[in-house]
Amino acid sequence: MGLTANIYLLTPEFALTGLALLVLAVDLVTPDNRKALLAWLSVFGLAGLIALSVFMLWQEQETLYGGLLAVDAFSLFFKVFFMGFGIFIILSSIEYVDKFLTHPGEFYGLLIFSILGMNVMAMSRELLTAYISLELLSFSLYVLTAYARTDPRSNEAGLKYIIIGAFSSAILLYGVSMVYSTLGVTQFAAISEQLASGSGASPALWVGLALVLVGLGFKLAAAPFHMWAPDVYEGAPLPVTAYLAIGSKAAAFALVLRFFAEGLLPVVDQWRLVLAVLAAVTMLTGNLVALAQRNIKRLMAYSSVGHVGFILAGVAAMSHDSLLPANGVMLYVVGYSVTNMLVFAALISFFNMTEGEQITDFAGLADRQPFLAGAIAMGLFSLGGLPIFAGFTVKFYLFTAVANGGLLWLAGLAIFSSLISLYYYLQVIRQMYIHPVADGQSPVAGHQPTASGQGEKLETALSPSALMVVVVAVSLIGVFWLGVYPAPLLEAIEAASQAILPGP
Amino acid sequence: MSMLDGFDRATLLLLIVVPLSGALLTMMMPGNRPRDVWYFAVVVAAVSFVLSVVTFIRYDYGLGGFQFAQSYNWLDAPVHITLSLGVDGITAPLVLLNGIILLGGVLISQNIQYRTRDFFVLLLALGAGVYGTFVVRDLFFLFFFYELAVLPMYLLIGVWGSSTDFGTFLRTKEYGAMKLFLFLVAGSVLVWVGILAMYVQGADLGFPTFSLERMGALAASGQYSREFQVWVFPLFMVGFGVLAGLWPFHTWSPDGHVAAPTAVSMLHAGVLMKLGAYGIIRVGMVLLPEGAEAWMPVLITLGTVNVLYGAVSAMSQTDLKYVIGYSSVSHMGYVLMGIATLDRIGVAGAVLQMFSHGIMTALMFLLVGAVYDRAHTRDTNVLSGLFKRMGVTSYFFAIAGLASLGLPGLSGFIAEFMVFTGAFRTYLPLAVLAVIGAALTAVYILRLLAKTFFGELDPRWDDLTDASPMEKVVGGAFVVILIFVGVWPEPMLRVINVGIASLPGI
Repeated sequence: MGLTANIYLLTPEFALTGLALLVLAVDLVTPDNRKALLAWLSVFGLAGLIALSVFMLWQEQETLYGGLLAVDAFSLFFKVFFMGFGIFIILSSIEYVDKFLTHPGEFYGLLIFSILGMNVMAMSRELLTAYISLELLSFSLYVLTAYARTDPRSNEAGLKYIIIGAFSSAILLYGVSMVYSTLGVTQFAAISEQLASGSGASPALWVGLALVLVGLGFKLAAAPFHMWAPDVYEGAPLPVTAYLAIGSKAAAFALVLRFFAEGLLPVVDQWRLVLAVLAAVTMLTGNLVALAQRNIKRLMAYSSVGHVGFILAGVAAMSHDSLLPANGVMLYVVGYSVTNMLVFAALISFFNMTEGEQITDFAGLADRQPFLAGAIAMGLFSLGGLPIFAGFTVKFYLFTAVANGGLLWLAGLAIFSSLISLYYYLQVIRQMYIHPVADGQSPVAGHQPTASGQGEKLETALSPSALMVVVVAVSLIGVFWLGVYPAPLLEAIEAASQAILPGP
Repeated sequence: MSMLDGFDRATLLLLIVVPLSGALLTMMMPGNRPRDVWYFAVVVAAVSFVLSVVTFIRYDYGLGGFQFAQSYNWLDAPVHITLSLGVDGITAPLVLLNGIILLGGVLISQNIQYRTRDFFVLLLALGAGVYGTFVVRDLFFLFFFYELAVLPMYLLIGVWGSSTDFGTFLRTKEYGAMKLFLFLVAGSVLVWVGILAMYVQGADLGFPTFSLERMGALAASGQYSREFQVWVFPLFMVGFGVLAGLWPFHTWSPDGHVAAPTAVSMLHAGVLMKLGAYGIIRVGMVLLPEGAEAWMPVLITLGTVNVLYGAVSAMSQTDLKYVIGYSSVSHMGYVLMGIATLDRIGVAGAVLQMFSHGIMTALMFLLVGAVYDRAHTRDTNVLSGLFKRMGVTSYFFAIAGLASLGLPGLSGFIAEFMVFTGAFRTYLPLAVLAVIGAALTAVYILRLLAKTFFGELDPRWDDLTDASPMEKVVGGAFVVILIFVGVWPEPMLRVINVGIASLPGI
């Protein structure tokens, strides 16, 4: 059987490449005032590919290219998730791109290329393949970050991102080469065998693995490798910020999960403590520094650092005999993503109308635009881990897994960090709900304005576009759904975990 | 009979679903029709109230145990979680209490004009959270609803609350809201860690479960080691204790209650604080009996400090709402003491005190809210002789005050007497101190009555009007309950006693 015997299983990826090229090509013949067409083309293309992937790859369990790529429940789960997320991000970009950016064709094309990179990351079972797909994702993101060409902050962010990105890629690659030089293999399964047999366990191997971990730490923005994140998040166009906060994190965790489950489990005891400490430092750093932020994008950047810490805690708890941590990590990634989609969609919509991104810009939003204010508030409560939203359920599940993996102290620390995070989320909610629209009056003075907004519209009222309202509403339903009934999702996650952890 | 059987199956689920879906539906109502929103909220609260009353009445105290039990699978293994529901002799009165206070709170909020829709969304969500905490029998869901009850507080206080000017400094509503919220969530951090510890311990024993029933079985068969119980119990004691106003973690309570709008103060002091005490009983005492035994001397000491410290603090306040806020701290001390006696009469007294104090404090907050709405001050230095203009309000306040200082014939007397009895049988010196606390209550309550309500009328209050008809109706209903329970506590006590009898270690 040749290496390419079952290459048809890659049809979704080939089609995705085709879609990206098609968008770029159609861009050439689309008049400037019809560019939204490209977005809709991408959206329907992605929707079609989700259907195709599910239809074609349902319950497939195969490897391609002699074990470089896996087509299994795990990769299918993440493929569907990434492409669905792509649809979301494109829909929430349309208005923004139209108003603030030029060259929409390349914007959507690059987005689709980056989704391709994420899909391959979820499939990779070999270090170099993983590296290449990671670079495909990263390069798309470098360009997208600098996409607001006239905004110096965006340019600065792009430059920062590419330098740090190249630096971390070099570290990652150096680590890969050291692993290869000691073990002679780069496939996860082969690494696992070698580690289990104890051959080649030399200091160079540990250094190599540590460098890989550092490289991935940069990509995940885990402290102390997170310092690029706030600057890049702040400078990038808002939909790209959302993309960085959600998509690139989820993809990196897909890779980390498979690498740790299929490759590193035999040495689980050696890396557990390292990872646990990394998780602890990350969650504390992210949540504590977030307290001091004034800009909503920077706030979300540090908040995402904090959440990465929680997810890493789940990775640290992984073991041979339990699916719980892997389930918890995936559930958390989904819950975190859906909640962030809600928050970012509302933030994008707000930015489209006001160009405001300081936390104080949100003052009085509950009077100006109750729907958006409610959406942001519910999203932030969810991120803070309160019920009946997704955040509570996924946190409870993940922390249970962490505690059950013997890391009760880390679960306790995570719960405590969650408490810290509530404080800064509440700062935003306070602006929206308690502070009045215009400044001038002290928010604490005496009685509240009476019966404002009765009948007549406020002068400062905002009206978001119908499309953004739909996007926000759909994410809101997702946040509630995950919060009260995650069972169907957990079934899919369970199947995905079993694909990478055949043991338990 | 078949209809009632059907009701028995659905009742507890409805208790959660009705207010929760009421909140969701309210969210979708148009924002510019406050009156309709209020009507809708009244309907939702009234339906919940009827469900609560029927639950209490139909609870068969002859049979005992958990009734109306239902179980719905929520998550399968490896983390098995079921939404299992049931009411026992301890929760039946508390469910009734929540029904009464929620309806009362919604009714007297008819004049909320500012963002009416949001207000009732949050208020109903709060009610649903409290119901849920009382009726579930699974630690995950208990915590879920516990947090759901805490969640709306920040906005309820921050948006609709009021700031207090002390002359030299300002206690803003934002301060009160943030303090309350962070304290309560900090408490639930401890509870959460405790829950995880219980789960892990159960998993080590071969029973990874969040089911209170199964954990209870493990506890009853002595599977949890004493060492484990002794280190986990304080997590629950302090974690839940924060919400119950346990000294020295009570400081959020007066600030929060004072800043909150009337209906929220009623619900918060009336039922929410009881969640904390309930958590100590249901989770701490039932699952960790040896831990409870080891820590009860600490809890009863802290409870006694609560009683005295709260009473002394209340004596020195000049803001009507702060007086009641600290008096709540003091009275929750009796609840904590009663629990800590681990004595049949003492614990029953604690549960009865939860009910009695819930009604009494809700009534007081209602009346003070009525005074504040009209006089726009709560300063006891300037308020005086309100009786001449607010007769009904003053009478009601007198009854609530007398109930709180333990006058025989009112519900507070029975409850406190039972707590004292329990304490005298177990910790005599502390019981004596607690009785002194009751005397201190008399000092500040009678002082308030003598000057603020029944003193000389200050001419500047000449234009005050009495409480609105709605406030009179709700307040009157509360008064009737206080008297009824005080004169004939039997219907309440026989249910409570059945619940207490099934607790371990009593």
